[in-house]
Amino acid sequence: MNHGTALLWKRRALSSLSATRRGLPKEKMSENGVSSRAKVLTIDTMNPTVKKVEYAVRGPIVQRALELERELSQGMKKPFVEVIKANIGDAHAMGQQPITFFRQVLALCSYPELLNDTTFPEDAKSRARRILQSCGGYSMGSYSASQGIESVRQDVARYIERRDDGVPCDPDDIYLTTGASDGIVTVLKLLVCGEGAARTGVMISIPQYPLYSAALAELSAVQINYYLNEETCWSMDISELQRALDEARRHCNPRALCIINPGNPTGQVQSRQCIEDVIRFAAKERLFLMADEVYQDNVYADSCKFHSFKKVLFDMGPEYSNTVELVSFHSTSKCYMGECGFRGGYMEIINMDDEVKAQLTKLVSVRLCPPVPGQALMDLVVNPPQTGEPSYDKFIKERTATLSALAEKATLTEQVLNTVQGISCNPVQGAMYSFPRITIPEKAIKEATDNGQQPDMFYCMKLLEETGICLVPGSGFGQKDGTYHFRMTILPPKDKLTILLNKVKEFHQKFTQQYS
Amino acid sequence: MSVLQEISPNVRNMIQLESTVLAIRARQIKEELRQKVRKPYKEVIDVSWGDPHRAGVKPLSFVRQVLSACLYPQLLNSDTLPVDVRQRAQTLLAGCDAGSVGSYTAAAGISEIVCRVSEFITRRDGGVPSYPEHIFISPGSQWALTSILNVLVNSEASPRTGVLTPVPCYSTATLSIMGLGADIVPYYLSEEQGWELQVEELHRALDSAKGACNPVALYVINPGNPTGHVQSRKSMQEVIRLVAEKRLFLLADEVYQDCVYGENSEFVSYKRVLAEMGPPLSDTVELASFHSASKGIMGECGLRGGYVELVNLDPAVMKYIYKLFSTYSCAPVLGQIALDLMMNPPQPGDPSYPLYSEETQHIRSTLAHNVKRVFEVVNSLPCFCCQPVEGGAFAFPRLHLPHKAIEKAKEMGMQPDMFYCVRLLEDAGVLVSPGQDLGQKEDTYHIRFCIMTSEDTMEEALRRLSSFQTQFMKVFS
Repeated sequence: MNHGTALLWKRRALSSLSATRRGLPKEKMSENGVSSRAKVLTIDTMNPTVKKVEYAVRGPIVQRALELERELSQGMKKPFVEVIKANIGDAHAMGQQPITFFRQVLALCSYPELLNDTTFPEDAKSRARRILQSCGGYSMGSYSASQGIESVRQDVARYIERRDDGVPCDPDDIYLTTGASDGIVTVLKLLVCGEGAARTGVMISIPQYPLYSAALAELSAVQINYYLNEETCWSMDISELQRALDEARRHCNPRALCIINPGNPTGQVQSRQCIEDVIRFAAKERLFLMADEVYQDNVYADSCKFHSFKKVLFDMGPEYSNTVELVSFHSTSKCYMGECGFRGGYMEIINMDDEVKAQLTKLVSVRLCPPVPGQALMDLVVNPPQTGEPSYDKFIKERTATLSALAEKATLTEQVLNTVQGISCNPVQGAMYSFPRITIPEKAIKEATDNGQQPDMFYCMKLLEETGICLVPGSGFGQKDGTYHFRMTILPPKDKLTILLNKVKEFHQKFTQQYS
Repeated sequence: MSVLQEISPNVRNMIQLESTVLAIRARQIKEELRQKVRKPYKEVIDVSWGDPHRAGVKPLSFVRQVLSACLYPQLLNSDTLPVDVRQRAQTLLAGCDAGSVGSYTAAAGISEIVCRVSEFITRRDGGVPSYPEHIFISPGSQWALTSILNVLVNSEASPRTGVLTPVPCYSTATLSIMGLGADIVPYYLSEEQGWELQVEELHRALDSAKGACNPVALYVINPGNPTGHVQSRKSMQEVIRLVAEKRLFLLADEVYQDCVYGENSEFVSYKRVLAEMGPPLSDTVELASFHSASKGIMGECGLRGGYVELVNLDPAVMKYIYKLFSTYSCAPVLGQIALDLMMNPPQPGDPSYPLYSEETQHIRSTLAHNVKRVFEVVNSLPCFCCQPVEGGAFAFPRLHLPHKAIEKAKEMGMQPDMFYCVRLLEDAGVLVSPGQDLGQKEDTYHIRFCIMTSEDTMEEALRRLSSFQTQFMKVFS
């Protein structure tokens, strides 16, 4: 039994003793209502907006999965030998290997004595030296400037220029962040204001990555849902954007439009035409564009290509490129790096008013600085080994292997799920997830609703209890009324993924049978 | 005109710091020096942040070795690193999903690390129990502080939520409070009594808030930032009685608990004092205690590792706090590891112990020496005086500026201490923070500078400060 459990047991034992025992948590007393003194911070006095925060990716189904894991480790018998957490976009947790070069440089930065170690390649050493030069006291342990290490921002700007065929990028427009989530929430904090009917509204795709809904709830912003079109591979429809916007204008002040491309949870890669149409729409309706592009390297379908919002914007000429306000988010957590635990990211701010930028700079200063190892990692991501350098071949090999494995798994997932009667899966064009639609029998829907549960949560919970597979119900992401989905990552190694998919297939057939 | 012309008033109202202006100028001067522009100094000494590594303190070898092995596990297969380093790295990697520091962790932190943090707290507090479920690891203590404030502050409330905040106080905390839409209710620390917190002043502050806002929390920093004051047990007991009586949530920022220098000073945690006061107080006072790997002997500010321990909170509220933390995924794994290493350093008998002991002794004696030197030097200079620095990372000496200097500052449209800082930077190449950014009694002026520096850096900074101060007083008297 692990130490945490031991402590939990000790606490439970103690709580059966006198409740006035020193230092004891008050849980037992409150449950019995014998509390002699009301707390200062209760669910009635706390910030009401925090109560609205839900984050399905780490929500109740994950809590249950962790419980099952604990029970398994305690020797309890289950219909499965392990819990597979296919709920979260965590590549390393599912066995993806880190890029050797990145880890070598970071180890060198961490403990510079290793610069004398002959087992590290020269190019890794020169990168480490360069990064350390830009750190205070030659140490990753120093705070950096709040906006991020200047030389890293310069490298990010150059990467963006290369990516976008030379479209200029000013390093001062780059803000390094603690994962992309930090950047997203910071920008939302900046733009949410107003009272009543003038309250800021933010357009977000349905389905969406629930960080957006959580942040909007916490900030008391109005969430304006626009539906992606499942029938056409989750494409965006300008008419749908218009509908959502016109409706929203009646009760709030829409100011921003969020897009996730490649999509999470849907995996669609928007066409260039679509991106142009969105930009035109934002320009016409005077909306601030928030482009979440963290999966920009995760594109698998041959017919698809990642088009950055910035590149498309600039290709549309000065009428748009000088006026449309845009922020683009990127991260070290996804793509081929999968370094979630580093909390590295950046945002590029385009065409933002100087005064507003000054406010943004003030806002980021409050959290001091993003983790320096994450900044260093971002530097390597935007500045990887070049042809001719000692680490180049290995780097390319590793990156290609990771991305092609993901592409294979994307296809496999779509194929297997589409063989199941009652499951329909759009092609996983990019990102790391499949978001198939599932048909849930009426009887099951009724049982779920009677229990106060969303039908797809009911389905996913049953799947978890019977197979140990943890997925996230579509209700956590948003979906058209009367439709049900789940989100499953494509990250487990191919053989495990195959088993997983077949188990889901079996379960679905059984479930459908059981509730027919 | 920008779509974002209208922005949140909470953001707009966050004060613009003068330190930012100074930092920008310092960067320019560094560039000028690089271009070989002639100046009375060869480099800028930056002692404006509580950043030991920037100021010349070396990272601890053990910590960096363990981190490097966690980052690049190939190092576990050779003798390059000491055996206890390798063992520690192995244990830590076993707590990471698939053995990688690149995986997400549980929202509150790697559970084995959270447990060890809890054990550390229990040891520190002479056996007072600590529960892992009440601990959240965060990207630095500031993040945790902002999150807990976020739960406490209702920005829609009328009257507005108030937070009792010390004057002086480091600016990040006050900006966080303002950014969340709460009102600062200032309570003045007593400079003449070594920056003591006097409970009568807390009463006065609360009275002043009547009708203006609704105070829900009291924020204390112990050891103090920027004051360096270490609270006495008696004072802490008075604070606890007050928060119980006035129904306030107690926010105890204790990140400098490992930096105590005063011979008669001793850090004791609010949790311990609370527990020792016994029921009903010990069972009811709601407390959040913050700590960090950024300060202390390790000084790993850039790794962003901190935690909050919550005491006596309503379990229903705890559920929401957990959800809030989970939306941000988790604290950076290297920061979590740094925290763990801080709480569980090498022990006598471990191969790394001798070097660890040597390095930490060196840092501690350097800091003790710095503190002594600052007191001596500053108090020997004209119009300059400094309370004893009992703890923390900074000295916050008071400037008795001559009338001429104050007039000149007014002429230039600056606060007098900002004017002093600008001149100190330009003429002597020393970057410090002006007291106005931290708050001070009206018509008093201070500067804040970091004392967690290498010995050489401190000596040079004091040398430059001395000659600058002497010259400045000559010019303006």
